[in-house]
Amino acid sequence: MSRIASLKGKKCFVAFLTGGDPSIDKTYDYILDMAEAGADLIEIGVPFSDPIAEGTVIQEANIRALSVGTTTDGIFDCVEKVRKKTQVPLVLLTYANPVYTYGKDRFFAKCESVGIDGVIVPDVPFEEKAEFSEEAKAHHIDIISMIAPTSDERITKIASEAQGFLYIVSSMGVTGVREKITTDVRSIVEKAKSATDIPVFVGFGISTPEQVAEYTTYADGAIVGSAIVRIIAKHGENASEELRTYVKAMKEGTC
Amino acid sequence: MNTNSKGRFGIHGGQYVPETLMNAVNELEEAYNYYKNDPEFNRELDRLMREYAGRPSLLYYAEKMTRDLGGAKIYLKREDLNHTGAHKINNVLGQVLLAKKMGKTRVIAETGAGQHGVATATVAALMDMECEVYMGAIDCERQALNVYRMKLLGAKVHPVESGTRVLKDAVNETMREWTNRVSDTHYVLGSVMGPHPFPTIVRDFQSVISREARAQILEKEGKLPAAVLACVGGGSNAMGMFYHFIPDEGVRLIGCEAAGKGIDTDKHAATMAKGKLGIFHGMKSYFCQNEYGQIDEVYSISAGLDYPGIGPEHANLKDTGRAEYVPITDDEAVDAFEYLSRTEGIIPAIESSHAVAYAMKIARDFSPDDSIIICLSGRGDKDVAAIARYRGVDIYE
Repeated sequence: MSRIASLKGKKCFVAFLTGGDPSIDKTYDYILDMAEAGADLIEIGVPFSDPIAEGTVIQEANIRALSVGTTTDGIFDCVEKVRKKTQVPLVLLTYANPVYTYGKDRFFAKCESVGIDGVIVPDVPFEEKAEFSEEAKAHHIDIISMIAPTSDERITKIASEAQGFLYIVSSMGVTGVREKITTDVRSIVEKAKSATDIPVFVGFGISTPEQVAEYTTYADGAIVGSAIVRIIAKHGENASEELRTYVKAMKEGTC
Repeated sequence: MNTNSKGRFGIHGGQYVPETLMNAVNELEEAYNYYKNDPEFNRELDRLMREYAGRPSLLYYAEKMTRDLGGAKIYLKREDLNHTGAHKINNVLGQVLLAKKMGKTRVIAETGAGQHGVATATVAALMDMECEVYMGAIDCERQALNVYRMKLLGAKVHPVESGTRVLKDAVNETMREWTNRVSDTHYVLGSVMGPHPFPTIVRDFQSVISREARAQILEKEGKLPAAVLACVGGGSNAMGMFYHFIPDEGVRLIGCEAAGKGIDTDKHAATMAKGKLGIFHGMKSYFCQNEYGQIDEVYSISAGLDYPGIGPEHANLKDTGRAEYVPITDDEAVDAFEYLSRTEGIIPAIESSHAVAYAMKIARDFSPDDSIIICLSGRGDKDVAAIARYRGVDIYE
C-alpha cells in the first residue's frame, strides 16, 4: 500500500511549505518538525517564478526561495534526506513548466527514487492530465486532482479518475488565509465522495483549529499552506518551535 | 505527447489552467462557437469595425521608401490609423461584444505598453462595461500617459507589484483575478496566447488585417506579395497579418521579434531564437526560461514585445517552417523608427519598427516586380519621449 493510501480512514492534517524558504536546510528541519508535531501529509512547494494559483503570502515565499538559489534538484536532495528520518507521505506542489523542462520521465523517476508519493500540478486540469500521467504512472507517483467551487458537473468525472487524495479547493481565487469561506464545501465533498474511495481533503483559506474541526466533520482532512508559510516568513531560521506548536494545535482540531 | 486536448496547433496550445477556470474557458468556447456564425453578431461587429474603429485600414504604397531602398515595392498596412492607434482594437471590439452577449458586466485585461489596456478601456466605455486593467508597476511608470488615458476612459488601473512587475506579471495577476471572479467577468486577453480558446479567438478577430490586405494588394498589384512582415511579442498583429496568406505558399511570412541589446546578451525577448519548449500561461509553446523551467526576465526597448513567450500558432508555424522568425535589436528598431518618420512622414510604434527594420534589410533581395507588406501595427506617438531619451534628449511626457 502506498504511503498516501495508508491515510485512509484517518482524519488528516496536511501541512504545506515552500521548499527553500528561507533555505533548503531549514526546509529539511521544518518538514521533520511538522511530521513530528502530527502532520499526516506534507506538501512541499517547488518554487516557481510565476505561481499563478498563489496569493501574496506564498508568492513571496517563492521569491525568497528562488533568491537563495533553490532548485528542483535541491528539493529532491532535501527529500532524500528527509526520507531517511520519516515515512510521512510527501507530495510536491509544482507548476507544469518546471516538470516539463526538467524532463517528464526524469522528473518522476527522481520523485520515485527520493521517496515522493504524489505531485500536484495546479495548472494541469483534467483535460490535460495526459501530459504527465504516463510518466507518473511508470514511476508509481500519484498525480493529485483538484476540484474547485466552479467544478459543478465536472466533480464526478474528476473524482472517479483521481489518484492518491482529492484536493477540494474551498474558495474562488488564489491561496491565502480567509476569514470566512462562503462556498458550500460540504455538498462538493459529498458529491466527490460518492464517486471515489480515496481520501478527500479541503484546502485554500484554512488557518484555525476551528476551521479544521468543521471541515473534518465531513472531509477526510484539511490542508493549510499560507498560515504556515506566514509563520516561516515571520520567524525565518528560527520557526521550529512556532511550527510545532501550530501544527500540534491544528492536528488536534481534526475530529 | 499529449495532443488530444483542445486548441492544439501541432503540439502547441492546449488549456493549462487551474480547475477554477475550466468552466469559464469552456463557456467562452461554447459562446464563441455560437456567435462566430451568428449573422446578428457579425453585423454588429462589422458595423463597429467600420464606424468606430475606422476599418478597412489603408494599404499604403511607401513610394519614397521603395525608391530609397531599391528593391521590392513596399506597402504598409496602416493599423496605426485605427481608433486608439493600433491593431489592438480589432480584438477588443470582438471580445467585449462577445462578453456582452454572454451576459458579462465586467471586463479585466492585462497590458504591457498600455495599448491593449487603452483599447479595452475604450470599448468598455462604449459598451457600458466595468473595466479593470492590470499593468506592471514598472510599465505604469514607463507609460504614465497611457495609465492616465485608461483612467480618463473610466477604467480602474491596478499597478502589479508582484514578480518582475512587467507584462508577464500583469498576465499572472489578471489570471489570478479571473479565478477570483468568473461569473460576471470576462478576461479580454490581448494576444494570440493563453489557454484555448483565446489563441483562436484573438487570431480570428485580428485576421481582418490579412483579409483586407490580401484583397488590397491583389487590387493594386494584380498578384500576391513576395513577403509579409510583422513584429511579434505574443504575436497578435503578426497572426492577423499572416492568417489569410498561410495557404499562399509563395508568400513568405516573417515575424520580427525583439532582440533587445542582442540575442547573445541576457537582455532580449527573442523567444523563437532563444526560447525552449515549455508550458506556461495556459499554453504549450516556446518560452525564454532557465534549465529548471523558471521563466526569464526579458527585455526590449518596446514594452509591447517584452514578453517571454509566443502564441502557440506561431510556435507551430515555426515548427512546420511555414513562417520564419528573425531577431531585431533595439538599435535597429530605433533606426527604423526614425527612418520611416523622415522618409514617409509616418511615425511607427517602436513595436512595428522592428518589422520596418527587417524590411529595410531585405528589400534589396527582391526584384522591383515584387511587393512586400509590412504590418504597421501601431502609431509611435506613445514612444516619442522614450526614443528621445534613447538618443540622449531628456524629454518627459
